[in-house]
Amino acid sequence: MTIYLPIAEMSVDVFLILLMGGGVGFLSGLFGVGGGFLMTPLLIFIGISPAVAVATEANQIVAASVSGVLAHMRRRNVDFKMGTVLTAGGFAGSGLGVLIFTFLREIGQVDLVVQLSYVVFLGIVGFLMLFESARAIFKNRAGTATRGKLHQHTWLHGLPFKMRFRRSRLYISALLPLGIGFFVGILAAIMGVGGGFLMVPAMIYLLGMPTAVVVGTSLFQIIFVTANVTFLQAINNQTVDVVLALLLLTGAVVGAQIGTKASGRLRGEELRGLLALMVLGVSAKIGVELVSTPEDVYSINETPGFGL
Amino acid sequence: MIGMAPISKYARIFLMIATGLVISQIPASASRDDVLVIDLSQDLIGISTSFSGADVLLFGATQVEGDIIVVVRAPSSQVIVRRKNRVAGIWVNTEELVFNKAPGFYYVAASAPLKDLLPGPILESLQIGTRQIAFKPHLSMPGNKEEDFRKALVRNKQRSGLYTSGIEEVDFRGDRLFRTRVALPANVPTGDYQVTVYLVSGRAISDISESILRVRKVGFEAKVTEFAFEQAPLYGLIAIIIALIAGWFASVVFRKI
Repeated sequence: MTIYLPIAEMSVDVFLILLMGGGVGFLSGLFGVGGGFLMTPLLIFIGISPAVAVATEANQIVAASVSGVLAHMRRRNVDFKMGTVLTAGGFAGSGLGVLIFTFLREIGQVDLVVQLSYVVFLGIVGFLMLFESARAIFKNRAGTATRGKLHQHTWLHGLPFKMRFRRSRLYISALLPLGIGFFVGILAAIMGVGGGFLMVPAMIYLLGMPTAVVVGTSLFQIIFVTANVTFLQAINNQTVDVVLALLLLTGAVVGAQIGTKASGRLRGEELRGLLALMVLGVSAKIGVELVSTPEDVYSINETPGFGL
Repeated sequence: MIGMAPISKYARIFLMIATGLVISQIPASASRDDVLVIDLSQDLIGISTSFSGADVLLFGATQVEGDIIVVVRAPSSQVIVRRKNRVAGIWVNTEELVFNKAPGFYYVAASAPLKDLLPGPILESLQIGTRQIAFKPHLSMPGNKEEDFRKALVRNKQRSGLYTSGIEEVDFRGDRLFRTRVALPANVPTGDYQVTVYLVSGRAISDISESILRVRKVGFEAKVTEFAFEQAPLYGLIAIIIALIAGWFASVVFRKI
């Protein structure tokens, strides 16, 4: 059964989209990530234009994050104060990101920048996670798990505008989460992701937040950042396809629930190791595309005015 | 969404002038009105939720023997053609050429090879055949280079099924009745398509018949698109609200399971 997508202006197989939503939803439930970094490349792969894929995926992530945050709120795993500061940074960042995106599209380099961002950031995060989880697995095997300090003090803790974040048990400069939110916001807008895969490590390693509240708080701020991206993309580029978003999220919410149940059967570091491999896989795939000779070195692009 | 009426108007004026030039050569015995009659199996293609492309049957009859050429073209728009080059190991768009008038869809069919039917200059002035489309490059480039970009534009459009590759067939039933099937892929642009049928004999055009094929988004698809473009802020807000509700709904439903 096919359905014609009004904004993407192409017809797609309904079951394929549901299946993609379900598959990515399953992985996001399993690993506790949004899955944007998988879904956006997949959408582009099936022929949806990058502009529509990025904007529509932002819309889909809003729904996924809401359903995730509600689950975390029930367990009181959301630091609202931290989330609000991150969101403030994220709003500014994603606003700038959409402007950059629009500009890149005009000069014809949007695909390149999106692909490079994927290769670089997924590559870095993937390697770090793989390294960290391998170390944890070996440590467990050796049976000499040691408990380090809660967090180290660095120059980052000397910054002004200190704020107290009770749920995260932190007393740090507000500039730090603002800056992280801003930076991740830019990437979220350009890459069509929620940014959880960057935000979560940043919260753990840069802010030193307790792991329990990290995912919930990250999801909380992702709602606002992706909602902002959706809104700005709708205004600037008219590239949000609600029909596609609805299909994707229908599959995703079902997949996510199954994934969450399955995640109970794996150990934390094994999960992180698997996620790292997947992240690296996507990074490598896109990297190969960048360096391998394209089928046709010429490409065409309709209308700077888009949609005309 | 297709605000391209002025361009098709120019195309039509151009065609009228060209037609006028050619008609003056028609022998006086042929009465212009009845020689060539055409019709389409449908003159409105509605793009609705279930749209996955459409076939339109173009059929017609002639009073006299001759060959038939059919050209269907959608309104033109600006298209940017970009060329990638390897920069530091990766492929980057480095060159571009803007074409001001590329038809969104172009179909050509004939009952014999074009070069046997009409002299080159006429094919060129009437833009019959993908090689003859006047794309109107924005800047001029050295001849060879511009030709490469032109060919790339046609090739890319052919790959997405929007331009015919080669020449489609026009089938004759007897000497007088003919038909051809115009296949519109799912990604066709909307707009008023100009359908032009030429009756050719003795390497000259002896009659021309025109029609319009309307391609429109209809119903739900039309409403969504119109909404997205004309009330963008509200559309964005509604998209967010739908996502919020869907997320909340999913969480409520699955908590009980």
